[in-house]
Amino acid sequence: MYSRRVFLKNGAFAFVSLGFAPSFMARTAVAATGRSKRLIAIFQRGAVDGLSVVVPYGESDYYRARPSIAIPRPNSGDGAAIDLDGFFGLNPRLEPLKPLWDSRQLAIVHACGSPDSTRSHFDAQDYMESATPGVKSTADGWLNRYLQAQHDEHSTPFRAVALTSQLPRMLQGTAPALAVSQLAQFGIRAGQASEAVGASFEAEYAAAADAVLNGTGRDAFSAIKMLKTADPSKYEPANGADYPRSAFGQSLRQIAQLTKSNVGLEVAFADVGGWDTHVNQGSGQGQLAGRLDDFGRSIAALVRDLGDRMADTVVLTMSEFGRAVNENGNRGTDHGHGNAMMVIGGGVRGGHVYGRWPGLSVEQRYDRRDLAVTTDFRDVFGEILAKHLELRDVRQVFPGYAASPSKFPGLFA
Amino acid sequence: MKQSALLIAAVVAISTSAATFPTDEQAIAHVLSRAGFGARPGDIERVRRMGIQRYLDEQLHPERINDGGMRARLDGLATIGLSSQQIADQYELPQLEARRQKKQDARNDTAPGDPSTGLGTGPKQPPDAMQLRANSVMVELSEQKLLRAVYSERQLQEVLTDFWFNHFNVDARKGADRFLLTEYERDTIRPRVLGKFRDLLGATAKSPAMLFYLDNWMSADPNGPHLPDNAGRPRMVRGPFGGRVMMPPPPRAAQANQGKNAPRGLNENYGRELMELHTLGVDGGYTQKDVTEVARALTGWTIDRPRQGGGFVFNPRIHDPGQKVVLGHVIKAGGGESDGEQVLDILARHPSTATFIATKLSRRFVSDVPPPALVERAAARFRDTDGDLREVTRTILTSPEFLSSVSYRAKVKTPFEFVVSALRATGAEVQDARPLVREVQQLGMPLYMCQPPTGYKDTGDAWINTGALVSRMNLALRLAAGQLRGTSVGSLQSSDAEAMIERYIGSQASDATRATITKATDAPKMLALTLGAPEFQRR
Repeated sequence: MYSRRVFLKNGAFAFVSLGFAPSFMARTAVAATGRSKRLIAIFQRGAVDGLSVVVPYGESDYYRARPSIAIPRPNSGDGAAIDLDGFFGLNPRLEPLKPLWDSRQLAIVHACGSPDSTRSHFDAQDYMESATPGVKSTADGWLNRYLQAQHDEHSTPFRAVALTSQLPRMLQGTAPALAVSQLAQFGIRAGQASEAVGASFEAEYAAAADAVLNGTGRDAFSAIKMLKTADPSKYEPANGADYPRSAFGQSLRQIAQLTKSNVGLEVAFADVGGWDTHVNQGSGQGQLAGRLDDFGRSIAALVRDLGDRMADTVVLTMSEFGRAVNENGNRGTDHGHGNAMMVIGGGVRGGHVYGRWPGLSVEQRYDRRDLAVTTDFRDVFGEILAKHLELRDVRQVFPGYAASPSKFPGLFA
Repeated sequence: MKQSALLIAAVVAISTSAATFPTDEQAIAHVLSRAGFGARPGDIERVRRMGIQRYLDEQLHPERINDGGMRARLDGLATIGLSSQQIADQYELPQLEARRQKKQDARNDTAPGDPSTGLGTGPKQPPDAMQLRANSVMVELSEQKLLRAVYSERQLQEVLTDFWFNHFNVDARKGADRFLLTEYERDTIRPRVLGKFRDLLGATAKSPAMLFYLDNWMSADPNGPHLPDNAGRPRMVRGPFGGRVMMPPPPRAAQANQGKNAPRGLNENYGRELMELHTLGVDGGYTQKDVTEVARALTGWTIDRPRQGGGFVFNPRIHDPGQKVVLGHVIKAGGGESDGEQVLDILARHPSTATFIATKLSRRFVSDVPPPALVERAAARFRDTDGDLREVTRTILTSPEFLSSVSYRAKVKTPFEFVVSALRATGAEVQDARPLVREVQQLGMPLYMCQPPTGYKDTGDAWINTGALVSRMNLALRLAAGQLRGTSVGSLQSSDAEAMIERYIGSQASDATRATITKATDAPKMLALTLGAPEFQRR
């Protein structure tokens, strides 16, 4: 504990002193404040229609099932899918992500999901965040269990950050994690007196005999100082990255900020809603297309902004379940089962759709209605933890599941 | 003063290991922060006059305490007295109908982004009047909880209502539960917190809120239905909220034991949590087989018209009529609804339940790791009185372990306790509790929205983290500066730092805390540095 505090202080100090040093030097110097690899987890709450995101245009059953909302085959005019591999196509509104596919940084895992049959948003999100499908009383989230399992004595208060007002289930647990929706707002806020009042509070907590309050208080004020040095209000994205002004875009922008501030960020979380398209889902245009437009442009901006830091970064997208294969009577889709996940990063073996494709004919569907699940989502999470974040034994993160490299999709070399 | 000191001395004398409090102010402040949500101005003197023993006796019989002042406080909250059916009729169904209408009229507009949710709703629209009206049910329930905690004279009843709601947690965000919790807390929990445990357990088991939350309402014998009544294909129907649900089952052969992953039929969620979280505890000595047997016994315990706010109903068509064996007890075939009652009898009287409940109550009232001897005495009291919660609570609150300086400030306040105790300590006047409800949410404890059935944790580690601590300090600043809309703190003894420290923190303030408060340049900062101090984060 003691060494950690000292280190943290030194780390922050090193950063301050290198404020004007060349960026590569600064990066090397402070790489020790936290681990070098990063995971950015994105939750699409509300169950995105994976069949419209990564379109199985090679299946005629897809077009039979969706007479009014299917994404047209590639090269068939406006709103047509963008071909990926001759069978799958990308939603046209995700065009900003296509260069990542071409440069083999974007991998897709299709027909992926939970072994649990629930079609409740509530329960399925819970299961995806606890990573214990069917078991509701799991106390912590899987990302928090990762933080517990991968002990890091150099960790900073920014090791795990959710850009949300409350800590998501995925990050809840005994390992410290920070929820902050606006970085610029993080700190003691007392107008002109902020600094003086902050110093007073800091003195109170520094003297607290209570070890927990004392330690957390120190962490809090270290975090405030680190952020102040990083000065989020003056942030300029790099490489011409253009974030949408949406809440999601701004969340990702702040994740990039934290990453580049070298404050020790290892795990970041953001979520984005509006996917529950029961009515008038639309096709190449419309409701879902609008959400995907924001989604794709935000992620593309993040990747561009992070630049060569993407070599150490994985962006993972997930949603609690997919949507039914057949469109419903309201030109929308109801709750389904299997879905598509995206995994983006310099170390990812991209340009490939992973997972066995189960097919869309009625007999091939789950319950004769939904895309079947052929890859357990825990195998995707597990591979990222093992291969990217280099966790030696992933089984402790997935209690009750025989996680094993033999089941990993193969996203990393 | 002498009286309470003598009383404490007498009680503490039972155990030579227990340390006494240095002053009776401290002893009384301790009692008020555990049996209630902290002292209000004048409370310490009042309890000193009546004595701790009498104060606790009175609190253990809330019906004898005049709480007439609450009525005016809760006056503007239109929904808190309504039944679930009334709320469904007046608030929920009109909103659903309007939403359905709106969807029908919807064009292919791009929805504005709202990343925070996505639960069970379509893409977010700006909330309309109907939506706001429906939301007001949960908002008012939360306001009610906060106002009662701050102002009710029946403090122990409010602490226990908070405790038992959390024990039998239901998350408002799960579909229909958002309009079922008003009745659940008011009629199921609050009247029973000092009654028999079996009665409370049975009431929650039959409450639509719990039946819906843990899915028992749709749990069915996979070999049913048992009456040839238009049984046929499974039907997909609109669930109480959003989404479609599979209605109880078609006749199917040999699918009885597919467990929780069976797509239709038996649902073990409630059976499991009933034992793990509500009665025996996770190490209480049950097996997976017991979980399945309990779930079988409870098939048919369902909700009459869930969308309309209907109540409990037993549906024999989906009940598994066979014999069950639960924890070694045989439940004979053909028992119907009584199968479930027998299960609850077995669980409520199991010795593991006595220990589990005694442990949780001791943790709430005494310390995160309660003394084993106290837990054992409280468990014995539970067993001896057939689960009389008044007696178990009394055993804990009058124990030497409780009335010991070792327990003083041993508990970290939850965000709710922090906010309420600050309002009580400052004698705050709350005209509008809604901003305070939002503050509690911002501090990481959204009221009635704890997602897992475990409820919120009752140990300090859950509530002390960097973000939360900074938020507490900022809230103290805003409260003290009068920046919280609808809330004003009482008169500030501006220049008297010593008095403020004495009143809010007591004699255990650290030198640094004393020094910073004394140095503060004005009364609001002084108060903020007091409420945001590490000492005030504990009770």
